[in-house]
Amino acid sequence: MIRINCPYCGERDHSEFTYGGDGSVKYPALDASMEDWLQAVFQRENIRGVQTESWHHVNGCRMWLLVERDTMTHEIHSVRVAHPGLQQALEDPS
Amino acid sequence: MTARRLDAGGRIDRSHSLKFNWDGRLLRGFQGDTLASALMANGENLIGRSFKYHRPRGIMSAGVEESGALVTVGAGAKRDANVKATTCELFDGLAASGQNAWPNVRHDLGAVSNLFSRFLAAGFYYKTFMGLPPFEWGQGTGWWMKYEKIIRRAAGMGTASREPDPDAYEHAHAFCDVLVVGAGPAGISAALTAVWAGLDVVLVEQDFEPGGDYLNQAGPDADATRAKLLAEIVDADVRVMTRTTAFGLYDHGVAGLLERLPDQQIQNNKYLPRQRFWTLRAKQIIVAAGALERHIAFGNNDTPGVMTAAAARTYLNRFGVLPGKQIILSTNNDSAYGPALDLATAGASVHLLDARPDLPVDLVNTVAASGVRVTSGTAALKAVGGKQITRLETAAWTGTGWQSAGSENCDLVLVSGGWSPVVNLASHLSTKPVWDQDNCCFLPGETAAHIHMAGSAAGIWQTRDCETSGRVAGAAAAKALGKTAPDISKPEVGGWSHAISPLYEVTVPGKKLKSFVDPQHDVTADDVRLAHQEGFVSVEHLKRYTTLGMATDQGKMGNVIGMALMGEALGKDISDVGTTTFRPPYTPVSLGALTGRNKGDHFRPLRRTPMDKWNLDNGATMTEAGLWRRPWYFARSGETIKEAYIRETTTTRHDVGLCDVTSLGKIAVQGPDATEFLNRIYTNPFAKLPVGKARYGIMLRDDGIVMDDGTTWRLSETDYFMTTTTAHAAKVMVWLEELLQMRWPDLKVHVTSVSEQWAGCAVVGPKSRAVLEACVEDAALVSNDNLPFMGVVETRLKNGIPCRIARISFSGEMASEVYVPSDYAPAMMDMLWQAAKPLGGCLYGMEALGALRIEKGHVTGTELDGRVTIDDAGLGKMASPNKHFIGSVLRQRPAMMAQNRPRLVGIFPKDRDQTFNAGTILCRADEVSGHGEGWITGVTYSPAFGHWIGIGFITGGYQAWEGQTVVVADPVRRENVDVEIVSPHMYDPEGGRHHG
Amino acid sequence: MTRFSAWNVFRNGLSGQKGWDRQWRDVEPKADYDVVIVGGGIHGLATAYYLAKKHGLKNIAVLEKGWIGGGNAGRNTTIVRSNYFRPGNREFYEHSLKLWENLSHDLNYNVMFSQRGHVSLLHSPGAVDAAARGYNTLRLTGSDAEIWGLEELKQEIPHLNYAANARFPILGAAVQRRAGTARHDAVVWGYARAADQLGVDIIQNCEVLGVRRDQGRITGLDTSRGAIGGSKIGFSVAGNTSRLWDMAGLGTLPIESHKLQAFVTEPLKPLLDHVVVFGVGGTHFYISQSDKGGMVFGGDLDWYKSYAQRGNLPIVQDVSECALSILPCLGRVRLLRHWSGVCDMSMDGSHFICKTPLDNLYLNAGWNYGGFKAGPGAGWFFADLIANDRPHEIVAEHDLKRFERGYNIDERGAGPDPKLHG
Repeated sequence: MIRINCPYCGERDHSEFTYGGDGSVKYPALDASMEDWLQAVFQRENIRGVQTESWHHVNGCRMWLLVERDTMTHEIHSVRVAHPGLQQALEDPS
Repeated sequence: MTARRLDAGGRIDRSHSLKFNWDGRLLRGFQGDTLASALMANGENLIGRSFKYHRPRGIMSAGVEESGALVTVGAGAKRDANVKATTCELFDGLAASGQNAWPNVRHDLGAVSNLFSRFLAAGFYYKTFMGLPPFEWGQGTGWWMKYEKIIRRAAGMGTASREPDPDAYEHAHAFCDVLVVGAGPAGISAALTAVWAGLDVVLVEQDFEPGGDYLNQAGPDADATRAKLLAEIVDADVRVMTRTTAFGLYDHGVAGLLERLPDQQIQNNKYLPRQRFWTLRAKQIIVAAGALERHIAFGNNDTPGVMTAAAARTYLNRFGVLPGKQIILSTNNDSAYGPALDLATAGASVHLLDARPDLPVDLVNTVAASGVRVTSGTAALKAVGGKQITRLETAAWTGTGWQSAGSENCDLVLVSGGWSPVVNLASHLSTKPVWDQDNCCFLPGETAAHIHMAGSAAGIWQTRDCETSGRVAGAAAAKALGKTAPDISKPEVGGWSHAISPLYEVTVPGKKLKSFVDPQHDVTADDVRLAHQEGFVSVEHLKRYTTLGMATDQGKMGNVIGMALMGEALGKDISDVGTTTFRPPYTPVSLGALTGRNKGDHFRPLRRTPMDKWNLDNGATMTEAGLWRRPWYFARSGETIKEAYIRETTTTRHDVGLCDVTSLGKIAVQGPDATEFLNRIYTNPFAKLPVGKARYGIMLRDDGIVMDDGTTWRLSETDYFMTTTTAHAAKVMVWLEELLQMRWPDLKVHVTSVSEQWAGCAVVGPKSRAVLEACVEDAALVSNDNLPFMGVVETRLKNGIPCRIARISFSGEMASEVYVPSDYAPAMMDMLWQAAKPLGGCLYGMEALGALRIEKGHVTGTELDGRVTIDDAGLGKMASPNKHFIGSVLRQRPAMMAQNRPRLVGIFPKDRDQTFNAGTILCRADEVSGHGEGWITGVTYSPAFGHWIGIGFITGGYQAWEGQTVVVADPVRRENVDVEIVSPHMYDPEGGRHHG
Repeated sequence: MTRFSAWNVFRNGLSGQKGWDRQWRDVEPKADYDVVIVGGGIHGLATAYYLAKKHGLKNIAVLEKGWIGGGNAGRNTTIVRSNYFRPGNREFYEHSLKLWENLSHDLNYNVMFSQRGHVSLLHSPGAVDAAARGYNTLRLTGSDAEIWGLEELKQEIPHLNYAANARFPILGAAVQRRAGTARHDAVVWGYARAADQLGVDIIQNCEVLGVRRDQGRITGLDTSRGAIGGSKIGFSVAGNTSRLWDMAGLGTLPIESHKLQAFVTEPLKPLLDHVVVFGVGGTHFYISQSDKGGMVFGGDLDWYKSYAQRGNLPIVQDVSECALSILPCLGRVRLLRHWSGVCDMSMDGSHFICKTPLDNLYLNAGWNYGGFKAGPGAGWFFADLIANDRPHEIVAEHDLKRFERGYNIDERGAGPDPKLHG
């Protein structure tokens, strides 16, 4: 069981979450070129090692998280909220 | 083996006698026995039969590594095959029988295969059984299929019940600071150290008694030590779980535990489960799981009456059974001297053969004082005796090899070839074991920071050192969690005063021996050598080619010997042969426990709408839709399903029908940027949807394929109510959250799933407005002016229930969907039905819903199968050319815009009296083969047309097929049918009816 | 090399098994080959075999970083079937199934292909129709397919869960009788032995560490056993494809590596004579009984990307629930071992057998759940591609450019999310 430390809910089993995908993918603007869209939707780095990936706390707070995890060892290096504004609010509540 | 129960001694309760049944005979044992110790005490030698050669097998160990005494326990629905007698706690009324034998284990006709064993070497089955013997003539798989039937019957071990298991199982969850696996000298010390440092400790022990090796030691000292430690454990509030196996370690400190409840206890309490599967999350894990004694490969070393030395000591000291009178013990290490001493002290004649030329003088002197004879440079060579050992041929070390050295009568041969630390759990986490040549064993290797190995599991042999090592591990765990703990120096690996001498096989030149490496699977030393000869030299190839290590003990018995023999054949050290990988579970785990309560109708949740009971009370027959249960049809007395849905469809088109649509997904989309958000996710424009109006929308995936459709209602400037299909409700919600949180965090929009909060009923048909007028507070609110097609109102029903209504239609009739807070669903249904019934209305279910929508050519998930574009579905005009939306770029890819793609069409049978099925292939009349031109997704009898109709897809759309006959091919179910292709908008194509 | 036959088994039984040779040679790598295949799984070995046998090539090497068959070839649940129905996939898997049917004779190695029938349980009228669409296509394209009603199913497999209180009562089944199971390791060894006899060098413990390029060509490989040159080079490394691709400086691929677990119970006397599969209520499950007697089963991916060949508890629990939901008699049967493999999941669930941006580099990857059953076919078509430097028409659309064309070969309709293509 992978244990993910949700910034809102605390450390939980990964069965509470669903895995999204490669969190480093930058989706282009809606009017971007075909090439940009093909790259974002179909091409993957498929990292063997530490990658940034998205997880959705679907059976919890329903927040999308960005998790740095090693795909060889499953070790987690960091967890942050995907929404930059919310992440900032967590870091600096003032 | 002429074992007998001693009058005194052991840790059994002689005042508590237990009756049990072995192969139809009534025997007695005591509380505290295992099935194996009780069988042994009753003089039973032959307990099982081996996998391949059906050779007789007795008790070979006293634990989880058992490879001989495998039995079936229980009968009927509670039949439990492949039980290791050595770990089966005896209880009153236990019934066990032999397996993999006919008629019984003592006389097994299958043993004939042993006569042909010279032809049945490792991997022989890859070399034959392909065709007609002797030269494998023929083609195809016909011959193999015939052989396979026979082979399958001969293989397997026990027979499983064919009836559902009647017992209950549970899932349980727990958390702790420290999990300690194994309640022996190391584990108990570790647990105490950790708990005294202020940590929350769980101590699990697979046995039904805690104590580990303390239980196997002779004399009152061991009892006293054990009692003191256990008292301390209880006193310190360590959570002790006996009969609990840590069967697997998983990521991040999670352990899978299997807890077995005593059979006696569950027989007396029907509310108790048979087993519990625990998911335990620990911050630190101490593995003090012990070590297993290895045997040595020599001739017929599988004969009943051959077992490990430590097992004999366990039977003697723990169970009060002296396993033999005339005992020969063959060893290469110091550990066997203890059992020799105990057995001799208990009255047996013991001859200890120490393979080492230089004897450990101090140990020899100690055992000699109790009458043990010790011979140096000698080892077991061949057991003689068939179903029970009677004599042992021995071999003597010449300095360069072994030579025959005569023979000696005996009734029990004990073997100690060294010890294998239980590295299995560490191995589950991909920690590779490392070979230690000094101690002739695999050590755990470098574990992750939160895993600590202790005791003999870490290759530490002496009890005192194991206790120390436990304290070291406990302190390390405590420090890792920020507690203060004593600094204790770590005992060194090993601990025998005289070095072990590597000995894995005893063989003499020119003598043909059948020496077993993995006895359960009948893998012999010659099989290992044959694997080498044929190039299967890697450990994994060796395992797969010979099946070494794949029996129910998963290589606990044989792996190391197999690797040693391969190393010898290759002229390499074991460390260069490879390492051994263990997979979970450590010991087998019942599927029942892993399933827990999630079986039968609890296998998956059942979703019911809030008017589920109302529907049933009003005559609904239900059907499954994903996890939902929805009304299928409402048959009147004597009606078939077909009659019912035809009536429901007709009534709805002529008068009015009511249908539970609660299972549709509902999402509140709120916030200042809600309009912009909807405009990006739907293909059609949402920027100018007025308040009080609804709009049908289609969303695409990123790749431009249709994801879902539904209506979205504008309740205010910043508040929308979105509906999705039943099937995609959860997926759409997750998708919207992903977009808002990850892609467009600048949009000020909040989405909330309100599927559970609102119950919905579709009111459909020409009289639907009359029904609404009769039910709402102010009838004027639902007039055609106030609630036109695609209009939305929020109001109250006459009894004050708040509701929201939209004039939307899935049937082509004038219709509305009415939503109320879920708790009011039955009250709403009562009110609507009281209004609809006098108007000649009906209730309808999924079947009529399907008929109505097929007549109109409306698509559902059956059509939108994840490969269909918006153009394929005939909805291309809903893709706005004036804006960008999700999928708008990638939908433009050439193959997706091709004109000859299959498009949505309607299908009429040529002969209007004929019917056809959905799931069929549309073919050109002159080519009824291949992939066809299209397919049919939905078929119904259409009351409006008076014949069967279908909906589906065909290349180029209906215009391309005008006037042509198309064949519906259904080879898996029925004969072909000629059809014609029509527009998908079969009924009321102008759409006049839904305007009322 | 001693031919495998009952006669030679008998003779060797008398002679103490002295007559058997190594099944494939242990060779030192040469500096140069005409064709180098990277990956000693079923696909790589089969490719080499068909290159030598069918296309007459002589100078071929297969490089394997560990021991042959150590990846997914030895980790799968051994199911062989051809019930794929998208154009291209349909013909590909049918061709592969036909190769399976005579594989033991072809290789002179008993791969134990047991055509015991593949039975997909159906739980609703809608599911029957959905299955019929695929199975009708099977029949119309010359394969075998049947739909069984409940009575027929009960006769064939008497102890499935036919109880009224089953969460998803069984209505019938879609069946392919020619489908079944095979002995996975034997397929590896059989291809290795047959390829070796045709002169193919099988080089184990030879890990590719770097790719040598000269402009638009690949010139050779740096390996743990030295530099190895090849006029043509093929990658056939499943879950590790992205790593080699990266070494070749080719950027990204439409592939993600996910892990799929597999499970086996203790051995039992015959209990289940077919492969039984079901997918309902969001679950996915398949089970058969090995010739040794263990119940072999599996289900969904672990859902998250991973290169670790070990699984986690939620799926262990999930597949056990599935097993008991259709075979409630397995409650007391014990799980003996569970393990996992790394699957090269593609963006539409279908494979790639294609040319690459480098002239003489060829790619065989993206096998999702289908790699084992595809093995013979993948070897055959990959060899055909390498030998002729053009794809066979059956795999013409199975290239890396298909997403650009908008031609997705999506059996499940799951879209561009690799984890959904189980």
